[in-house]
Parts: sequence; structure tokens; C-alpha cells
Amino acid sequence: MKPSFQEGGKFAKLQSVFDGFETFLFTPNTTSRSGAHIHDQNDMKRTMSTVILALLPCLLFGMYNVGYQHYLAIGEASAAWTSMFIYGFLAMLPVIVVSYGVGLGIEFVGAQIHHKEIQEGFLVTGMLIPLIVPINTPLWMTAVATAFAVVFAKEVFGGTGMNIFNVALITRAFLFFSYPSWMSGDKAFVKTDSIFGFGGGNVADGFSGATPLGQVATNAGESLGQLKDVVGGEITTMDAFWGFIAGSPGETSMVAILIGAVILLVTGIASWRVMLSVFAGGLAMAGIAHAFPSAAYPASFIDPFAQLCYGGFAFAAVFMATDPVTGARTKAGQYIFGFLIGVLAILIRVYNSGYPEGAMLAVLLMNAFAPLIDHLVVNRNIQRRLNRAKAK
Amino acid sequence: MATLIKLKKGYNLNIEGAILSDEVAQGAKASTFAVVPGDFTGIIPRMDVKEGEKVAAGDVLYHDKNFESIKVVSPVAGVVKSVNRGERRKIESIEIETDNSDSKKTFITKPTSAKALLLESGLWSMMRQRPYDIVPKPNAEIRDFFVTCFDSAPLAPSLSIVVGEKNKYINKGVEVLKSLTNGNVYLGCREGEEFEATGAETVVFKGPHPAGNAGVQAANIAPVNKGETIVTLDVVTLARIGHLFTEGYVNFETVVAVVGSEIENPKYVSSIMGCPVSTLVEGNMKSDSGNARFINGNVLSGVQIEANSYLRAPYRQITVIPELIKKDEFMGWASLSPKKFSVYHNFTHWLFGGAKKSNKVDARINGGERAIVMSGEYDRMLPMDIYSEFLIKAIIAFDIDKMEQLGIYEVAPEDFALTEYADTSKLELQRIVREGLDRMRKEME
Repeated sequence: MKPSFQEGGKFAKLQSVFDGFETFLFTPNTTSRSGAHIHDQNDMKRTMSTVILALLPCLLFGMYNVGYQHYLAIGEASAAWTSMFIYGFLAMLPVIVVSYGVGLGIEFVGAQIHHKEIQEGFLVTGMLIPLIVPINTPLWMTAVATAFAVVFAKEVFGGTGMNIFNVALITRAFLFFSYPSWMSGDKAFVKTDSIFGFGGGNVADGFSGATPLGQVATNAGESLGQLKDVVGGEITTMDAFWGFIAGSPGETSMVAILIGAVILLVTGIASWRVMLSVFAGGLAMAGIAHAFPSAAYPASFIDPFAQLCYGGFAFAAVFMATDPVTGARTKAGQYIFGFLIGVLAILIRVYNSGYPEGAMLAVLLMNAFAPLIDHLVVNRNIQRRLNRAKAK
Repeated sequence: MATLIKLKKGYNLNIEGAILSDEVAQGAKASTFAVVPGDFTGIIPRMDVKEGEKVAAGDVLYHDKNFESIKVVSPVAGVVKSVNRGERRKIESIEIETDNSDSKKTFITKPTSAKALLLESGLWSMMRQRPYDIVPKPNAEIRDFFVTCFDSAPLAPSLSIVVGEKNKYINKGVEVLKSLTNGNVYLGCREGEEFEATGAETVVFKGPHPAGNAGVQAANIAPVNKGETIVTLDVVTLARIGHLFTEGYVNFETVVAVVGSEIENPKYVSSIMGCPVSTLVEGNMKSDSGNARFINGNVLSGVQIEANSYLRAPYRQITVIPELIKKDEFMGWASLSPKKFSVYHNFTHWLFGGAKKSNKVDARINGGERAIVMSGEYDRMLPMDIYSEFLIKAIIAFDIDKMEQLGIYEVAPEDFALTEYADTSKLELQRIVREGLDRMRKEME
């Protein structure tokens, strides 16, 4: 079968795709030709699948929570958790299929054009997209945004490992700026329709799909009003910690995110320096904001710990900022990079009334600055070397 | 009092096939020996002998085209059997058929001409210089000598065993080196295996591989700067130098660690430089299925050799591992098998106490070549004040200024061997560094 997929074969146009599937199914028998005779078992496939494994808690909880918010909205909060999960599953599956279908399709074509092996980078991106796109986003929008991001944020730079901006966040940013009415407000985060007749019901009186941070942004008065769930019930920081609040599927549960963080840190795949310093930066900025509460900036009423639980902050810290390709690559640089993301995310959230959440913009902005940070760190090393030579 | 330097970066790979006893067995008698010019990086050979010519042990075989005083010599007495040439008439090996005689070249040792004697005896070509990791240029001013007294690579021999009884010549060796430099002679030792010599400074290193690399030791003692030259050698060569200046002839005997999972009974074997590999492994192979990969040196920075070829520099280790343990492994990347080893914890190996177990490894690359993705991966394997990832990128782009600024003069390909092992992107780092050094040298000369 293999020869017909090679140069000159009948299906030569599908060579990259064939190779992709072959190396997916069978570990290549290629042995070392130069240099080291033995190589570590870890490769890009394993690395990327480890990240996907770390995303699974967020994905599973996200499915459940999509269902939970739905049943809450239609006034059937007592529905079985299995129905909630199945509803969420049905709601998210099409998004996952669209994200992978569009992204991998473009990757396959790109790999074939360049006669290269298919790179695994999109496996993670394709899973991140459904987790950070509001559940009510029409599928065609997700498809257009994914295509835009993969082509213009990644392929034009040379593919996986070469991109400057986080591809999943570019997808979301594209949606955010192109279709703002779908990205925030009442309708974005809670799916109220039935899916294939499953989970039907009428929306309860007093329904409001605004996320807690959305409510904070429109808060008026000298103190913060009680945050409410989609049908007006009270919610606490603990609800946000566990994740029973409205929001993008992957970002609501701090617990699920922390499980993912543990997987990434124990396996050594993600940088603890980045993760830690994002949280440190966030806490520091939230502390400063909270120390000077002001009615003009209602988010400053939120206490620092709660700041970290609401919105996409934790998700961005664990899964977005730690993207090694778009982040700072030197150790010292990673501390600076992470800390500034944390600070900027809360800064935007609190002091920019236009955006209730700043994590996405903070990461993208710092992506742009990461090479500069590394440049400065590496330059210090260069300077050290020059001084050493001069001292002689 | 010896200085202690602790290194944190690096990794000790625990590989199957280690030697358990310090005993040294006598290698089988051989009739043919060989010298491989490829071992002496930087030398362009010009033959001094012809096929069929008679040589004594220590007689010059060829010299360098650029520096005629650099010589490479025959390790045994006998007749030059063949000069094997490859593409573009490049000399691949010189085979010498021994006559089992004891005839050897002797020298009159005068303290005034230490350098000339080292060059003429062939021992000079067993040393290396930084920058470029080549045989030292005779006209360079040597800032310091760095003598590595242990080998930290996987399954590497203990150098005190390889030195053996020659260790009594170390003092003399240091004295000779001292006469060639205004700087120091550093002995980089492992804790518990210290070498001391009058006139030399002993530095003890604590930490995982590559702590035994000359480059790593130099970088942590006194890094080489632009315009400077340092010379690196191992303690075995140092002892040989001392032996030459005491006894008047070169001692070509060596002790080889024969190791690896394909070896039935890993052990030390004593022999002579350039001996046939078969005389070292004879009767000690687990199977002869043809699935074995013979490596001269260690699994990280050694060179692949044929089973019927000869022992090459640095003449102290032969590793035999399987080429392929499992053909067409199904979805190996998703494996949960505790046998799969990784420096990352995303395989189950470490959960089952894997760090203490020795692993059977084969030569598979275990993945396809990718762009550099993981950050900090290179840095944590190299205990030098160098941003290796940025250096590698500068080499690939051949940006001379950047390479210089990022420390190319301080490194040798072997320093990147462990990094190459651990690299998720499976790049051929040692080849990249070697080519970078060669191009750089061409550019600067």
C-alpha cells in the first residue's frame, strides 16, 4: 500500500496524510544516523497528547456545566446529572468536530504543499478552541475564525513552532472583534435551545445569561451587588471555584483547571515558572485594585482570590500562557512574561470598562513582547561574555 | 585543597549493560590494527608511509597538511597493510599488520623541547583545543590545560581503571604540560576518585552527566573567551605523556570497557589502541542476529562502527546495543508501558520506580523531526552559562556574530549529546554544532 503514496505513486498527493496516519499508528522504525545513538521516548505526539490529557477534566466538566446552566435556565435544576452531561456533550461535539475538521484539514493541505510531515501542534489548539469559544457561537463563525487563525497566525509563519501568537486565542480574538454581539452579553454563554429535541423547555422567568464578570462590569453603586446565577439565585466564590457559573465551557471550573495544571507540571511539559508567575501577577494586581476600590471601576470590589476564580484567568494561566512556542523561552524571561500577563489580565478587567475580561488580550499582548523579553535576557548573557573577555 | 563545583543540570541515563566488577581481562591477540584519520578532527592527512612499508610502534604514519609538525603514529610494529580511501580519495583508515615484534620508536627526552617531542610522538594529536574542538594548533598560545579525570557518560569506564599502573606518570605529565603554558593545569575529578599532582589544580565535580565533559568542566572553572585557546585531554593521555617523558617511548596499551545490553558479560578488556573490535567482544555477544549496533564510545557521543572494524579514539569504550527492539510498534506514542523511559514524566516508567532500574534502549529515534517547541529543554541538559537553544538557532542560520556572542568557542559537539538525546523535536544537534564549528573555522582562518 505504501508505495502508491510515495513520490510518483498513484496517490502521491496524499503522501503527507498517509505518513501522518502511518506514524500515528506505528512508531517509525527509523534509527539514528548521526549523533546520539539513543533518543528519548518522548516526542511531539506524546507531548501534545499529554496536554490534551490535561485538558480532559476541563472538557468533561465543561460539558456537564453547559448542561447544568441549560437546565438551570429552563427551571429544571433538579434534572439528572446524566441528562445535563449528555446535553452538554451534544452541544459541544459539533464545535469540537468543526474545530478539528477545519484546522486539521488546513494543516494536511499545508503539509502536503510543503512536502513535510504533518505537525501535531493543532491537536492541542483544536481542543482549546471549543473550550474558549462561547457555546452559542454559530458553527460557521467558529469555522471561519479557526481557518483564519490557522492560516494567518500559524501557516504563514511556517507552521507549528514558528507562530508568534497563540492560535487558539487568535481564533477567539477574531470572533471577539468580528462578531462582538455573539461574544458577550446575555445570549453568548448559556445554551437555551433544545438539541435534536433533547433538553427542551421554556426559559424561566428572570433569566439572564450574563456571566459574573459581565454583571460586575455593569454594576453601579458604591459597593458590589450580589452576583447572581442565570435565574437570579445567589452565587458565591466557591461556586466559581467549583465552576457552576456561566462562561465559556472550559474556563469556569478552577478545580478542573487545577487538575490539568497538576498533570502538566508533574509530567514536566509546561513551565511552572510561567504558571506561577501569572498567578502571582494576577494576585498582585488584584490586590492593588482591591486596596483602592472605586465605583467607577466596579471590578475593584472583588477580592483578589475571587478575581482568580472568575472568568478565563486561570484557564489562560495554565493552558494559554504556558504555550512554549508563543511565550518567553528563557528562564528569567518566563518569570517576567508570566507576571506581566497576570498583571495585564486584571488591569484590563478592572480598569477597562469595554472588556469585562482581560486574560485573552493580556496573553496575546505578551505573546508579542515575548521575543523582546528573551532578547533582553539573552543580551545579558552576551554582555557577561564580553565583559569576561575584556577583564582579561 | 581541591575546589568543589556542584552542577545541577544534566541527567544520568541508567542503561542496561553496565560493568559490575573492576577486573580487567586480557583481550584476544590480534593480527591487524588500524588508525582512523577521522578521529583526529582538524587534521588533513598527508601520508608519510606507503603500503607494504615496515613501521615500528610509534613511527609516523601521516602528518597534517597545514602544520607539518602534527603527526599521527602507528600503535604497533609491523607492515602497513593497506591505506583505505573513500570518496574523493579521502583516507578512511590505515591498516597495519603486526609482526608481533617489540620494535618501537624511542626518543631522547630533553626538557627544552617538550612541544616538539609531543608532536613527533603522536600524543599531541590525542589532545583537543577549544575553540573548534580540533587537534591543537602548534602555534597557538595555550591559556590553560583541562584534564578530565572521569567520564560521566552512560556506561563509561572509570578512568582510574583505564589509566591503571600508568598513574605513576601523572606527575611527570603535569610537569610537561606546565612547561607549555603560563596558565594552569586543571584536573577535573569526580568525588571519591580524585587525582592529585604537584603543580596541577584539582577541581572536584559533583553532579550528573555531562559533568565529565571537558567543555563543561572548563566552562565552570574558567570559560574560554574569544581569542583564547585552551587544550583539553583526558587523564589517560596525561599519563601517556608522563610515560613518554620518563621511559622515552609511547605506551599504546589501553583498557576498554565493553558494555551494553547486547553484551553477555560486560567487562574491562585490556588491549592496544586500534585493535579489532572482534578481539574485544569475541564470545561475549548475546546473539549474532545482526540486530546489534556497535558504538565506539558511549551511546550519546560515540560513533557507529562495523563489527569487523577497529577500536577508535578515545580508545576506552565499546557499547553494543540492539538496533531495533520492536519493529512496527503499534501506537508507541500512546504507550502506557513502564518499560518506556523518558526524562519527562509523561510515561509511566517513573511511577514504577524506574529511576533505579536500568533500561534497555535501542537506536530508534522515537519520533519525527520537528521545529523547536519545548522551551528550556536544551538548557536543563547543559550545565554551562550558555543559551543553547539560541546558539543552535544562530548556528542553523549561520550568523557568525551571534554564534560568537552566544559562546560557540566554548562548546564541542559532545556537549550537546545529552541534549540531543532528550530533544523532543529530534534535531541532530551534534551534527549541527560540528558543521557550525567547521564553517566558523573556515570563515575565521
